[in-house]
Amino acid sequence: MNDIIIYLVSGLAIGCAFALVGSGFVVVHRVTRVVNFTQGTLAVFGAMISYSLLAQGLPHGLAEALAVLATGAIGLLFGLIALSRRGTPPLISLMITLGLSIFSAAVIILVWGQDPLSPPGLPGSVSIAGASIETQRLLVAVVAVVVFVGLWLFFDHSYAGKGLTAAASNPRAAALVGINVRRMGLVSFAIAGVLGGIAGVLIAPSNAMSFSSDLPLALSGFAAAVFGGLTSLWKTLIGGLVLGVAGQLVAGYLVGSYQTVIALVMMLVLMIARHRSLAVEEAK
Amino acid sequence: MLTISDLVVRYGAAVALDRVSLRVEREEMVALVGPNGAGKSSIVNAVSGVIPIASGTIALSGRAAQVPEGRQMFADMTVEDNLRLGAWAVKDRDVAPIYELLPDLARLRKRLSGTLSGGQQQMVAVGRALMANPDILLIDELSLGLAPLVVADLAAHLRTLNHEKGTTILLIEQEVGLAFELCERAYVLEAGRIVASGTSDELRSDPSLRDAYFGRDAESGSGPSAGEKR
Repeated sequence: MNDIIIYLVSGLAIGCAFALVGSGFVVVHRVTRVVNFTQGTLAVFGAMISYSLLAQGLPHGLAEALAVLATGAIGLLFGLIALSRRGTPPLISLMITLGLSIFSAAVIILVWGQDPLSPPGLPGSVSIAGASIETQRLLVAVVAVVVFVGLWLFFDHSYAGKGLTAAASNPRAAALVGINVRRMGLVSFAIAGVLGGIAGVLIAPSNAMSFSSDLPLALSGFAAAVFGGLTSLWKTLIGGLVLGVAGQLVAGYLVGSYQTVIALVMMLVLMIARHRSLAVEEAK
Repeated sequence: MLTISDLVVRYGAAVALDRVSLRVEREEMVALVGPNGAGKSSIVNAVSGVIPIASGTIALSGRAAQVPEGRQMFADMTVEDNLRLGAWAVKDRDVAPIYELLPDLARLRKRLSGTLSGGQQQMVAVGRALMANPDILLIDELSLGLAPLVVADLAAHLRTLNHEKGTTILLIEQEVGLAFELCERAYVLEAGRIVASGTSDELRSDPSLRDAYFGRDAESGSGPSAGEKR
């Protein structure tokens, strides 16, 4: 009984991390209709930059904040490249983000090497329902909830957030009312960079990251985002939590290496189900 | 208010507008009529700045706002959000004056605009354009796909806007009868060129124009003389 509580609690914490990565996918897709496959890379950049800044002696908090700002800037740069030409089709932009992800892996190897790195995080653990959980993982969960509430307030209750949504909802109408659609796309990439950075600096103290960590992160985040139809932030959070708990249960009772398979299967099932429901809606 | 001189717009090799010139004075309501594909929408899109011009000049004193063809709603947003987004380029986002002018919208304020009827959406599109506090309103196909009663209601609102608020309006319209009824002056566009202009009465009573472009659609009312042909 104690084991299942441990798996559930740690699964929820890991799920929050997946949801954070997934939120970046959602933000970019909501505004540009582009699936941004640099989202995992942005998390790795966040982890690496925070590692370097902490190693330079910067205090906790400042180092992580600077790393997140840096990933915001990297996200903006990725956006500038992916949306370089006015009217670039989303599929082309997706391919560009895949290319950027591969290129970034080379940059990460060049700067930080191939070995996994793990910056120090919050020490110790806390007991929840009899299950011991790392304080760092609890921090991930708390920050994820704060981030999702912040995103919800921004997109659903702020004028700027509605402008971002409008750019995706009807780009032509948005342009007619004076919204710069391309600029909104760039803003979304910058926000995604910040979200990826937050995920990276929070996950890395518990799970060391290397240049190759981007793919499993991106897959898990994308699966969570697919759960939310690439548009709903709250459903992405739920998707991340489901994925995290499922992964921990599989790792605990079956084999740990099945976690990525779980993400892929979940994504596949959801995509098929969503495709069918869309087909039914179109038929109506 | 708006002076377009020798405007040329191209889509690739195709010439959409060929040296078009027209003028709209302050507080005037002017119609631009013509068949499908004549280039009417290209004119308002060029004035709105959403398509590039190849040559010519567009002199506009003040701000233009467009009611686009097909309404172009932010379908998954409420009526109020649609209206407020219309004020993106200006500071005043108070929707109360719009509700005063178009009271039906106040009742629909919480509805998702994608769930509204065509006429209601057109009302939202007009309100959204007015939120930009424009000096000139560019209306692209007011009546497209709408029932006659709905069109009559919208037309009444436009008259109020023009007569009581002094809003300048350039109306792009295929329904020539409606255009001539609402506007004192009109331009006739065909294949990217202005082929005639004058008062609505003049154009309506010109037999050659009626035979070539308007048909029976323009037969309500008559004028004393033919319009200026180019």
